[in-house]
Amino acid sequence: MSFDILVVICVVYVLLLFGVAFWADKQAERGRAGWLRSPVVYTLSLSVYCTAWTFYGAVGYAARSGLEFVAIYLGPTLVMVGWWVILRRLVRIGRSQRITSIADLISSRYGKSNTLGVLVTCLAVIGTTPYVALQLQSVTLSLDAFAQSGPASDPQSLRSTALLIAAGLALFTIIFGTRNLNANERHHGVVTAIAVEAVVKLAALMAVGMFVVFVVSGGIGPTLQAIDASPISSWDTGADRWATLIFLSAAAFICLPRMFQVMVVENSDERHLATASWAFPLYLLLISLFVVPIAVVGLSVSSEGSNPDLFVQTVPLAFDRNALAMLAFLGGFSSATSMVIVAAIAVSTMVSNHVVMPIWLNLREGRAALSGDVRHVVILSRRLSIAGILLFGYLYFVLSGGGAALAAIGLVSFTGVAQVLPALLGAIFWRGATRTGAAVGLSVGFAVWVWTSFLPSFGEAGILTPDIFAHGPFGVALLRPHALFGIEGMDPLVHSVFWSMVLNAGSFLAFSLLSGQTPLERLQGARFVNIFRYSEGTRGWSGGVVEAEDLLMMSQRLLGAADAQALFGAEARRQDKSGSLPDVTPAFVERLERELSGSVGAATAHAMIAQITGGASVSVEDMMRVADETQQILEYSSQLEAKSRELENTAGQLREANEKLVALSFQKDNFLSQVSHELRTPMTSIRSFSEILMDGESMSAEDRQNFSQIINGEAARMTRLLDDLLDLSVLESGQVILNRQDDTLDAVLDRAFAATWRLGAEVSMAIDRNGLDEKVPICTDCGRLAQVFINLISNAREHCDAPEPHLRVHVHEVDGCHVVDFIDNGSGIPEESRAEMFEKFSRTDDHRAGGGAGLGLAICREVMKRLGGDVDYVAGLGGAAFRVTLPDTGSATRGQDG
Amino acid sequence: MKETRVLLIEDEPNIIEAIRFILSREGWRVDTSSDGGNALEAVRNRNPDLVILDVMLPNRTGYDILSDMRADAATRDIPVMMLTARGQKKDKELAERLGVNKFMTKPFSNAEMLASVRELVR
Repeated sequence: MSFDILVVICVVYVLLLFGVAFWADKQAERGRAGWLRSPVVYTLSLSVYCTAWTFYGAVGYAARSGLEFVAIYLGPTLVMVGWWVILRRLVRIGRSQRITSIADLISSRYGKSNTLGVLVTCLAVIGTTPYVALQLQSVTLSLDAFAQSGPASDPQSLRSTALLIAAGLALFTIIFGTRNLNANERHHGVVTAIAVEAVVKLAALMAVGMFVVFVVSGGIGPTLQAIDASPISSWDTGADRWATLIFLSAAAFICLPRMFQVMVVENSDERHLATASWAFPLYLLLISLFVVPIAVVGLSVSSEGSNPDLFVQTVPLAFDRNALAMLAFLGGFSSATSMVIVAAIAVSTMVSNHVVMPIWLNLREGRAALSGDVRHVVILSRRLSIAGILLFGYLYFVLSGGGAALAAIGLVSFTGVAQVLPALLGAIFWRGATRTGAAVGLSVGFAVWVWTSFLPSFGEAGILTPDIFAHGPFGVALLRPHALFGIEGMDPLVHSVFWSMVLNAGSFLAFSLLSGQTPLERLQGARFVNIFRYSEGTRGWSGGVVEAEDLLMMSQRLLGAADAQALFGAEARRQDKSGSLPDVTPAFVERLERELSGSVGAATAHAMIAQITGGASVSVEDMMRVADETQQILEYSSQLEAKSRELENTAGQLREANEKLVALSFQKDNFLSQVSHELRTPMTSIRSFSEILMDGESMSAEDRQNFSQIINGEAARMTRLLDDLLDLSVLESGQVILNRQDDTLDAVLDRAFAATWRLGAEVSMAIDRNGLDEKVPICTDCGRLAQVFINLISNAREHCDAPEPHLRVHVHEVDGCHVVDFIDNGSGIPEESRAEMFEKFSRTDDHRAGGGAGLGLAICREVMKRLGGDVDYVAGLGGAAFRVTLPDTGSATRGQDG
Repeated sequence: MKETRVLLIEDEPNIIEAIRFILSREGWRVDTSSDGGNALEAVRNRNPDLVILDVMLPNRTGYDILSDMRADAATRDIPVMMLTARGQKKDKELAERLGVNKFMTKPFSNAEMLASVRELVR
């Protein structure tokens, strides 16, 4: 098979991936990401753990070291099965704090420290570089294995192949990995492409495995015999190395930037973890099932000195199965590309957020937040980072000469990223872990790793001289890279892992205990450790002096104009503010910072907002909260208190509502009972006297006449009462129709007096009116106004207890309104009755025959309210004095007063 | 035979008139009091054979008057017939708890009222 055809197939395959990624992104954009966010895709995306190292390297590893490779799968399996302990916590924290990378998580937890962010980023870059190199190497070698039928390739052409591959991968990653600025948003396209690749690599490895077992070896039985006979079964791995490998792979599984990316950042639903907890180990089982048979067969069919790392591909080739070999090649290609893409995205996010942005911000000296388009800077820095990472990988590949065994490079990387583990576990389980502790631990672990693992990986003739290996730097034997502190005889890997982790964790613990925490650190510490207790409610901005507009301008540069304006608009609506700018409340700044940190990372977002708000400060309230060691308990109980206060309030409101209802129903009962009473009273007389009349006994004509009159009078009283009730009900329901007309006040008064006199001509009362004052033009329902006057005049006539009753009508102006006072010369209304006399059925002492039911004044008040005026009792004007305030009818009214 | 004396405590003039007419026709003497405030005094002063008591009275309710009557040895045993326009069950229960002898609601039938009064003064 020619090299050209291979390249064409590769390009077609990559184009296919492009298509898948593009399609998935489009689906997600249209909101149809349904199954793209399924637990299956999530599980498959986790398989970026299985890189070319797994695909090719595991077989090579098995060929060299027997079953040792299984440990590399056992670590992740343990972590997945125990997902409840660590992963669930990480995912929850990642989502609630909008974490963009593992560096962001560490930085955010330890008081949004950028130093730590930079440290972790460096570690990630240095740890990822060999790994990327490894992928380039395996793809290059596998390509070369195909081409070996043709002219043997020289190192120069291998390098140019690797460079081409690196460039292609960089392009792919840049296109699909930096579409969204918000790293916290999911890369649906990339993740879907990764899932497809996961299927391809599994299918390829299994196909080769089946071929080896059923075709080459002739079945399962013979295969097992072959394995027994092979030297692989006699490999004996030491317990220390075995345990170290399990620990290392477990640690790497959590700490690898690309794993963190797919596991935490790309996670769209916490529940997917539950599925992945069994599905991913199953995937690992399947992918490792045929490793040993392939290795055994590979060893038996290959010539001495052939690279066991390529058995997956060379075995089918040896049997002239070109198509199968092609599939195997694509599987390996998939493993390599998926790792490189995800790792590049993850690490570029870190580099951009923790290295490039802070430097850029510093260079702009505080003007950054308000000037220039930050969005472009972020995206550009992320793209450059991706290119840079691949370039580093390529350089490492060239420098290391492509000679080292794949598995060895992988373990170097693993040990490097595992240095984050103590700080990470401390971050999520130990509130006492401090920034200083984390920084010292990381640095120490990093240094030990570089000295004992990274530098030696270049080989004895690489960067470190054989002299250093033998006698230590400058002859200090205690610092020999493979025998620190003079302890010899350890396996180099075990040695490196042991010393780096012990010194790292030890100094992390020691310096955490010795150093103190900043308030922000304490807050974040409590939040991370108690993530399940409270996932919301971060506070940290004192705000108040910030201009919402400045914040908006800055946010637009990071989030884009539309998103930023939508965010601010939503907040304004939430605050019930008109317009698009909300008040800058601490809660809002907090929320904004979280949004922004999804784009540029926590530390940078914090710093940018600090430039506008004038300093990252923790509010007094927060200081109080963190002052006590038992802050979390206080926090918790205060939340409980708030809840119970809320409940109390609600209960109070319910009680109030109930009381109102009871009062209303009581009023209604009371009203009905009053009506009943008022109707029964005249009815009693009517019934009683009509029975007396019906008895037809001897009775004087005078009595008969008298009783008939009483019956008649009581019937009239009932009718009046019913009329009043009806009137009042119409007035109260607001259904009354007013007939406004122009008239003068004196005419209405004239009519009212005439009507009153018709009703009871027998009562004499002197009336005192001033015709001139009464010449006030009015525009109102004059019939209704007259009704009020009639009521008041009748009341005066009936209740005035003076020997010579007298009523004065006084029209004048009070506060710009015309008022009509009706003042009699009686004893007036007793003070205790005044408050309630405008209520229904508020008869005071009037129990004369045929007396009103106590609705008159209630009707008066309702009428005046409807007309836009009022009626009141005025004390201190002589006798009983009622004041009718006329509705204001405009300038016409005033014209008369001159 | 001693004249039967009824004290009518009621504030509606027409009802007073009606009851007075009915009872006088039976040969009884009817005294009236229209104010709740001094009704108890009137009971003590006149020591009637029967008190006919309205509930809704000016200044004091019939229940208060009844309660005071039952608390005072001098008036404890005087039969009381209550007449009220409030005929609800709870009103009747309250009156009975306070020791009323007969509870009638307005409007009443003359004959029924007369029969009740006869029963109480026997």
